[in-house]
Amino acid sequence: MEPIRKHEGVVYPLNRSNIDTDQIIPKQFLKRIERQGFGQFLFYNWRFDDDDQPRMDFSLNQDRFKDATILVAGENFGCGSSREHAPWALQDYGFIVIIAPSFADIFYSNCSKNGILPIQLTEAEVQQLIQKAETPGYSLTADLENQKVTDSEGFEASFTITPYMREMLLNGWDEISVTLTLEDKISTYEASRG
Amino acid sequence: MQPKTIVEKIWEKHVIHQETDKPDLLYIDLHLVHEVTSPQAFEGLRMKNRRVRRPDKTFATMDHNVPTIARHFISDPVSRKQMETLYDNCQEFGVELADINHPDQGIVHVIGPELGLTQPGKTIVCGDSHTSTHGAFGALAFGIGTSEVEHVLATQSIWQAKPKTMNVKVNGRLSPSVTAKDLILAIIGKFGVRFGTGHVIEYTGEAVRALSMEERMTICNMSIEAGARAGLISPDDTTVDYLRGRRNVPEGDAFEEAAAEWKALATDEGASYDAVVEINADEVEPQVTWGINPGMCLPVSGSVPHPEAAESPADREEIERALTYMGLEAGQPISSVPIQHVFIGSCTNSRLSDLRRASEVIQGRKVHPDVRALVVPGSQTVKQAAEAEGIDKVFIEAGFEWREAGCSMCLAMNDDVVPSGERCASTSNRNFEGRQGNGARTHLVAPEMAAAAAIEGRFVDVRSYFTSPV
Repeated sequence: MEPIRKHEGVVYPLNRSNIDTDQIIPKQFLKRIERQGFGQFLFYNWRFDDDDQPRMDFSLNQDRFKDATILVAGENFGCGSSREHAPWALQDYGFIVIIAPSFADIFYSNCSKNGILPIQLTEAEVQQLIQKAETPGYSLTADLENQKVTDSEGFEASFTITPYMREMLLNGWDEISVTLTLEDKISTYEASRG
Repeated sequence: MQPKTIVEKIWEKHVIHQETDKPDLLYIDLHLVHEVTSPQAFEGLRMKNRRVRRPDKTFATMDHNVPTIARHFISDPVSRKQMETLYDNCQEFGVELADINHPDQGIVHVIGPELGLTQPGKTIVCGDSHTSTHGAFGALAFGIGTSEVEHVLATQSIWQAKPKTMNVKVNGRLSPSVTAKDLILAIIGKFGVRFGTGHVIEYTGEAVRALSMEERMTICNMSIEAGARAGLISPDDTTVDYLRGRRNVPEGDAFEEAAAEWKALATDEGASYDAVVEINADEVEPQVTWGINPGMCLPVSGSVPHPEAAESPADREEIERALTYMGLEAGQPISSVPIQHVFIGSCTNSRLSDLRRASEVIQGRKVHPDVRALVVPGSQTVKQAAEAEGIDKVFIEAGFEWREAGCSMCLAMNDDVVPSGERCASTSNRNFEGRQGNGARTHLVAPEMAAAAAIEGRFVDVRSYFTSPV
């Protein structure tokens, strides 16, 4: 996967809590056997009406957010199904950083395997960003090395991330290759269990 | 010796490698695979010229996508391709597969226990969030994404930070005709859809001990709906009795030895948890969800909430959005809501005891003329067993459709879809927007409640069926 160190981008605010993976990528698109091309189906039932026409009242369809790469959302983002198609769709659409007050466990872990940086900030900080993002072109810088989120107007928030996940994302490592360096330990474990 | 929880005991037995500032590398005893979340993982192996490390600890089936009627030809070419891909992958990598025509085929979380693959003390993963179901046996079982599926295929291990533990203590006993489904909905209704995040839940208490294995599976299944990646119940005689004589479990003396080891996994008296919550089982009534997540639920005697009653602006907005999506008015009694569809099935409630109890409600009655009702057994084995008891006839004579096994209308990946704007009383686990079809409105209930709703065309307290004359 692509390493991620520092990313600056336009912010898209989605002020809802409990956004589940069925909303992020509805099930009718899970039949594909590829990893690519899911961006067109992101938030499909919110972005498109029953005739597959864009709903202009859903803000992601508006021109001012067309270059957004940072998604800011409410609590418990990514709850529900374990489908990795959710981070695939977000990434393929163009999102690289996701900021929320909390994430569902499986979704959070899935992000880290795909080079998406999930950032947990406080509810107050998230609400502040959601307000600010109403200004067209509002952008943020997410700095994984220093674990900080900043804007040009003096906003600054730090975030925590486990050292392991930070390392994986900074280096874009393939986790399986890392684990296979421990193959003899796996074999020893298997032998000890009979 | 320091008293330990079952989670600590299982964890310690499975750590392969530990170092500072890293999660633990944990060994996986059983990897269940299905057609939707595995193709990209097998493709990843192929691209890197990797093999499946332990095909003997890997088992696959087809469930999410399969049609539940006319199975001789899969008309949707994309679905067909996905199933063929699983077949080819299992052939190529040597993985045992219960495919669509196999007598063991069924929902992965129904057949694992049925075949005796699910056992106490095992670490179990699957590319599906409802893997928590297997925790009913005192296994540590959790859902993983496709990258992790690939990782487990290649290494039979997974990197995991040791989770926090939470004791959900259920005091007292459930009243007659109040089910495991009502209990888990009431727990999520009381504590919310994210109280379990970052934790493994252990369900304890008198009411939990009294549950059958199939009821325990219903409880553990919905742990993920509380935010917990895994939920489990310490093994006891109920667990051992269920497993005795199943395929894939030891026989004779070896079984008795295994049974003693399993029971020793139970959480020790005095072990401590990172968090504890309590609920009284005797206060739980039959539940119905009214909104767009499983925490939005009510006793059947209740009314839809008012947004003004919300504790925060965010909650208020969520209630308003749910009311709009669900086409409900604040203050409306939930029993006044007419329904058009009934779905009895899913990894939550599609086992033989679920179908038996629903059929007792249906017996001698007819499905309401405005309702379309569907029963989808969780596995072909459940279907056969139900047919041997004549349960299929009870459903069919009442006007239900009796289908082949699969996930079906729980997530509507196949043709079993609820049309936009229509309502479904469903025994599944998620009432998310669009889950059962774009614009579909889902109300989660127990099988008995779904059966009664099918007869009445609206929600009624199923307990009235058992106390008053027909």
